[in-house]
Amino acid sequence: MGRKRKLARGVAVVGGGLAKLGLFKDRNCKDFFAEAYEEMIGSVDKGFDPKDIDAVYVGNFTNDFFVRQAHWGPIIADLLGQVPKPITRTEGACASSALAFREGVLAIASGMYDMVLVGGLEQMSLCTTEEVAEGLGMAASPYEVATGYTFPAVFGAMATAYFAKYGATREALFNVTIKSHSNAPLNPKAQFPMSVRDFMNARIERCRKKGEPVPEWRDEKDFLSDPAANPSVAWPMHLFDCCPISDGAACLLLVGEDLARKFTDKPVYVTGIGQGSGYSLHAKEDLTTYEATRAAAKEAYEMSGLTPRDIQFAEVHDCFSIAEIVHMEDLGFVKPGEGHKAVADGMTRLDGPKPINTSGGLKCKGHPVGATGAAQLYEVWLQLRGEAGKRQVRNPNLRVGAAHNLGGTGGTCTFNILERR
Amino acid sequence: MENRPFNDTSYEQYLKELKIMGSRCKKCGALALPPRPICISCYSSEMEWFEFKGKGKLAAFTSISVAPPFMIQEGFGRNNPYLVGVVELEEGVKSVSRINGLDARKPDQIKVGMPLRADFVSKGEGPARKTSLVFKP
Repeated sequence: MGRKRKLARGVAVVGGGLAKLGLFKDRNCKDFFAEAYEEMIGSVDKGFDPKDIDAVYVGNFTNDFFVRQAHWGPIIADLLGQVPKPITRTEGACASSALAFREGVLAIASGMYDMVLVGGLEQMSLCTTEEVAEGLGMAASPYEVATGYTFPAVFGAMATAYFAKYGATREALFNVTIKSHSNAPLNPKAQFPMSVRDFMNARIERCRKKGEPVPEWRDEKDFLSDPAANPSVAWPMHLFDCCPISDGAACLLLVGEDLARKFTDKPVYVTGIGQGSGYSLHAKEDLTTYEATRAAAKEAYEMSGLTPRDIQFAEVHDCFSIAEIVHMEDLGFVKPGEGHKAVADGMTRLDGPKPINTSGGLKCKGHPVGATGAAQLYEVWLQLRGEAGKRQVRNPNLRVGAAHNLGGTGGTCTFNILERR
Repeated sequence: MENRPFNDTSYEQYLKELKIMGSRCKKCGALALPPRPICISCYSSEMEWFEFKGKGKLAAFTSISVAPPFMIQEGFGRNNPYLVGVVELEEGVKSVSRINGLDARKPDQIKVGMPLRADFVSKGEGPARKTSLVFKP
């Protein structure tokens, strides 16, 4: 009903793993999940016995379509030697594995289990780009699909509404892309560990080798304005506004808060969880906001007793550049209409006051759809432990981070807050 | 005809008859397009048909260059982009539709807020005949 929600038992993250993201046609989701699981095992400081895992929740969006194999739960249980324990597949489009995380948290909070493995997986590389678009499109609304909308198109339409309402231009999108790509080279797991400048140089080099005219761009924004370098996909969404097609897997080990110190001296606590649902485009009252994100954020903030100001850094679902701007507003990091200014002012840079997508985000790290929610939480967990290497947020008092995951065209959104104490 | 169920099939049938028909909640008056069987404002299931005039303004749009397979079959794609939009009707509801009569190659010249009116585009013959709601200036 309307009351403030709380977990009956606290939950902590004591381990995590993320497979290197990219395109791996000669491997499959078992390989990706095994890679993430191996890292997770090594990450549990005081070790743990896999026999003590009570249940597994694994998110997957649409491997049914992408690799013609459904029912990934028991395949993963078999892989990990967890048969005959319960394993549940969760599906919420691109938010599938954030739902696995939520189910795992709720299962421990209910008192049912003490230790739960949660994660996600997806393989998209075996399909052509058109097939991937068709598979992802299955998560848009039937009205949008029948009209000829694609995923980028839904976000492109949102961008035009945002531009008209707040006076922003494509330059706002360039700022998001340049920022995310400046973090990516610092993430060894990223699919595109390259800055926008690196892309420019690579293109110049290619032209030189082929003996073609060498393009001259004043700067990164000039490069991104060039339709030859950054062609339109669904205007104003261009190539560099869109996340790539990716393969990968991620997982996290959750235990009851009371048990956390048995496994590590650096537990990360789950202090706020939130999930909401949303309308498709035609039924939205305001085309520049996601009601699902607002509902998820409200739930998580109330549960944690925190406010947007308390969130020191976050991963937000930047499937398309405009989305990152809108999410920051919906999460309360900035006022509505101020997101594009905050990015321009450097608020979201790695060295800014509120770093956003330290991993490089979906845009650069990669977006294996069913694994993304868990991969975002892995990044937040890693940062809070101070183990994010070159992209570590330089704040000696780093204590609170959060992950925002969006499914479909905003039909499912989650917001989860993690804390070091 | 008034006994048609308040669903997508009836909506599409009405489009074939060149009518934009949605639902109005008998209890609270909330309008929906396409029609809804349950009112999302007051949860009533008592609905009546409501005909929309088909006049509105552009609330959002995009020009699509990377098209899905069925649009590629119709000849659209990188060299021939097409426009889709969200149109806010005078009556206050929105519709996602194709936008015709504007240049998809010059999206930066299209203005959110411009007035649009409904048109009907039919394809196929016999039982396969399908009519779509589109908007144009």
